[in-house]
Amino acid sequence: MAEPLLSTRNLAKSFGGLTATDDLSLDVLPREVHAVIGPNGAGKTTLISQLSGELQPDAGSIFFDGQDITALPAWRRPHLGLTRSFQITSIFRDMSALQNVALAVQAHAGHSFRFWRPAAQDPELLEPAREALRQVGLQHRADVAAAALAHGEQRQLEIAMALATRPKLLLLDEPMAGMGPEESAKMVELLQKLKGTLAFLLVEHDMDAVFAVADRITVLVYGRAIATGRPEEIRGNENVRQAYLGEESLAV
Amino acid sequence: MRVDLRLLLILLVVACLALLPVAALLAEEPYWMRFWSRIMILGLAAAGLNLILGFGGLVSFGHAMYVAIGAYTVGALRHHGVEGGLPDILVALGASAGVGLLIGAICLRTSGIFFIMITLAFAQMTYFFFVSLEQYGGDDGMRIASGTQLGPLHLDDTLTLYYSAFLLLCGVIFLTWRLVNARFGMVIRGARSNEQRMAALGIPVFRYRLTAYVISAMICALAGVLLANLTLYISPAYTHWTRSGELLIMVILGGLGTLFGPVIGAIVLLQLEDLLAHITQHWQLFLGPILILVVLFARGGLLGLLAPRQISQRPAEEIDG
Amino acid sequence: MSTTLLLIQTLNGLQFGVMLFLMAAGLTLVFGIMNLVNLAHGSLYMMGAYFAAAATSWTGNPLLGIALAIPAALILGLLVELITLRTLYQRDHLDQVLCTFGLILFFNELARVLWGSAAIPMAIPESFTGFVTIIPGLIYPKWRLAIIVVGLLVALLLYVLITHTRLGMLIRAGASNRAMVGALGVNISLLFTLVFGLGAALAGLAGAMVAPLLSVEPGMGDPILILTFVVIVIGGIGSIRGAFIASLLVGLIDTVGRAFLPALLREAFQTQSANTVGAALASMLIYILMAAVLFFRPRGLFPPKGR
Repeated sequence: MAEPLLSTRNLAKSFGGLTATDDLSLDVLPREVHAVIGPNGAGKTTLISQLSGELQPDAGSIFFDGQDITALPAWRRPHLGLTRSFQITSIFRDMSALQNVALAVQAHAGHSFRFWRPAAQDPELLEPAREALRQVGLQHRADVAAAALAHGEQRQLEIAMALATRPKLLLLDEPMAGMGPEESAKMVELLQKLKGTLAFLLVEHDMDAVFAVADRITVLVYGRAIATGRPEEIRGNENVRQAYLGEESLAV
Repeated sequence: MRVDLRLLLILLVVACLALLPVAALLAEEPYWMRFWSRIMILGLAAAGLNLILGFGGLVSFGHAMYVAIGAYTVGALRHHGVEGGLPDILVALGASAGVGLLIGAICLRTSGIFFIMITLAFAQMTYFFFVSLEQYGGDDGMRIASGTQLGPLHLDDTLTLYYSAFLLLCGVIFLTWRLVNARFGMVIRGARSNEQRMAALGIPVFRYRLTAYVISAMICALAGVLLANLTLYISPAYTHWTRSGELLIMVILGGLGTLFGPVIGAIVLLQLEDLLAHITQHWQLFLGPILILVVLFARGGLLGLLAPRQISQRPAEEIDG
Repeated sequence: MSTTLLLIQTLNGLQFGVMLFLMAAGLTLVFGIMNLVNLAHGSLYMMGAYFAAAATSWTGNPLLGIALAIPAALILGLLVELITLRTLYQRDHLDQVLCTFGLILFFNELARVLWGSAAIPMAIPESFTGFVTIIPGLIYPKWRLAIIVVGLLVALLLYVLITHTRLGMLIRAGASNRAMVGALGVNISLLFTLVFGLGAALAGLAGAMVAPLLSVEPGMGDPILILTFVVIVIGGIGSIRGAFIASLLVGLIDTVGRAFLPALLREAFQTQSANTVGAALASMLIYILMAAVLFFRPRGLFPPKGR
C-alpha cells in the first residue's frame, strides 16, 4: 500500500459534553477519492474543520505529506496542498466569478504586497483562473457577479477556487448541498473528471454520488469510524447497515 | 452612461479646486482659500480612513488620533527649536507608523463591535495623553510660531498650503487607486467581503490589514501636519473622538469604497456645518438627525445616489445585513 | 502617601466602579442580546443627570429629583428605541455607530438649548450631606458611600434577575444565541424593548446619582461612554459578571492610579519629567489594561459561552 497522503491518528474533539470526533484514525492515499459518510451529527464537518485547521483538535495528530500539521495555522495548509471547500457556500459575493478564482490563484502566487500593478489585468492571475473555471465548466460565466450565479454554479465556483490553489488533497464538504438532481449529476461528472488527478476527502449525504465516485469509504457515527473499505465492502457491512444505511431503508 | 457622470463630477470638482485660488484672489476673499484648504486637509484624512474603512470594512473610530500625531509633531519640533520641513514630515510619518503598528496590531486581533470600541478607546487614550503633556499646552493646546518649511516653500503661507494640500490630496487618491486595484488591495477587499474564505485560500489576512492600517495612519498624519500649518495651533481636541466621528461621516457621506467619496464627503459636511451655523447657533441639533437620515436612506453615499456603480465593474457597496 | 489617603481613594475607585457598572450592565446586555452598538447610552446618562437636577430645582428635594429622573430616563430611552433604534437592529455596525453618533450630537445640543452650556448645580440630598466614620480615623462622604451601596444592591438585584428569573434566562440565552431564542417563539421585540428599557433606567440612575458630585453639563456622558466601552471589552460583551468585575477593576485602577502614580514616579525618579510621565501614564493605565486583556483574551475576561 502506498504511503498515505493524509492520516489522522486518534483525533478527538468535544464541545462541552458533546463528542464530535472520537479517537478517529483514518488515512487518504494520494489521488484517491475517500468518502466520509454518516448520519447527521456524526461529526463530518467538524472533521473537515480540524483537517483544514479552522478547529484545533483536543487530542491526536494530523499528518500531511509526511509532516505533522496538527498545530499548523489554517492559512498555511493550502500552501502544502491541503485545501477545503465549504458546505455553506463561501465565496466573494460582490466580485465576479473570475475575480473569485483569481484571488485563489493570487493566494498561491507569492506574497501580495504588491501595490501598483492592477490585479484584474494580470495574466499571471487571469490565465490560471480561466483554466480553473474551464475545468469546472464555468468559463462562460466568468464575468458574472458571484452573487448572481445559480446555487449550483456557486458550488462549482467553490471547487474552481479550490482547484486554483493546486491542491494535492481537496477537502470537499458536501459539494452537492442544496442541489437538485440535474446539478448533482453535473457535479458527479466533474468529480469523475477530476478523479485520479488529485486526492479527495469527500463528505456527502448523496449516496448515489458517493458510490459512483469513491475509491474507499469511511463511515462515521457519533464521531467514530465504524467501518472503512471499498464501496462494495461498505455496502455489505452489517454494522454500517444497522447504524446508517438501515435508517435509510427504514425510511423507504 | 453612468460611469461618465461620476467621472465628470470628479473632474469638475478637481478643476474647481485647482482654480479656486484664482477666484479667491480676484474676489479678494483670501478666506476662501483657508476654508477650502481645511476641507481638503480633512478630505485627505478621510481618504486615509477610507482605505481601511471603505475598502477594508474596518470601522475605525479613532483615526483622528493620527491627525493629532501629525499636528503635534510639528508643534513639538517647533517647541524644541527644530526648524525646517523634512523633520516634520519624516517624524510625523515615523511616529504615526510606529503608533499605528502597535495599536493596529492590538485592535486587529478583534473584529466587529470590539474593533470599533477599541479604536475609540485608544483615541480617547491619546486624548488624555496629549492633555497630560503640559509642555505642549496640555488641555489648552499651544500656538506655534511657524509651520513647515520645505526649502523655499512655507507651508504656513495660505497659497502654498492650499496647493500643497491639493497636490497631496490628488496624489494620495491616485496612489490609493493603484493600491486598491493591485494585489494588495484585492486582499483587503476580499477580506472585507469574506474573511474566512481568505484564510481558507491560504492568505494570512492580519499582516495585510495591519499594513493597510499603518498606511492609513500615515496619510492621516500628513493631514495633521498640514492642519498644524493651517491653524498654527495644536490641541488635544484634534484627537477628540467627535473628530474621528466626523471623519467617519465624511467617508460615509461620500460613499464607502469609492476613491473620491472622502473628498465629496468633506466638502458636503463642512459646507453643511457652515450653512447650518449661519442659520442657527444650535446647528448641531440638526446635524444629528440629518446624519441619521443620510445613514438610513442614502446608504451608498452621495456618489452612490448620483451614479450607482454596476456590480460587475468593481465591488459594489456592502449590502445591509 | 498615607494609608488613609489610599483607603479613601480606594473607596472613590469603588464608587466610580459601581457607577461604571450601572452603565456597563445596560450596555453589555444591549450589545450582547440585540447586537446593537449604542453610542447614545452616554446621552441617557447625561439626561438622567439633567432630569435629576431639573426635578430637584423644581421640587426642591434632591431625593425626589433622583427618583423622578429614573422613570424619565426610562421613558426617554424607550422613545429613542421606538423612534430610531428599531430600524438599526438589522443594519451593520457602521450604520449603528453613525446613527447613534448623530443621536449624541442631537442630545448634547438639546441639553445646550434647554439648559445652556454652563454646568447646572444639584444639591446632595439633605440626609446624605456630610461624612460618616467608617473606621476610626477614616471619614468618607455619606453620599458617595450611598452610591456604593446602591450600586452593589443593583448588582445583586441584577444577579438575581439574571440567574433566577425567566426573563433572566431569556437574557442569558439571547446573549449566547439570539436566533435560537427567536426561533423558540419568544417575542423578541418585547424582549429587546425590555432589555433596552432596563439599560436606560440604569444609565439614568447612574447619571442622577452622580449629578450632585460632578458638573452636569452638555457632553458629560461622552467620556463615560468610552470608559464603559473599555469596561465591556475587558469584561466580555454580553456578560453581567464580566461587566461587574471589569467595572470595579477599571474604577479602582483609574482612580488609584491617577492619584498615586505621578507621586510614586516622582519619588522614585526625583525629576520634573517624572511627574509628567506619571500623569500621562496614569491617564493611559486602563487602556493599557484593556490592551493587555485583549492580547491574552480577545473576547474579554468572561465572554458568554457560545461566542
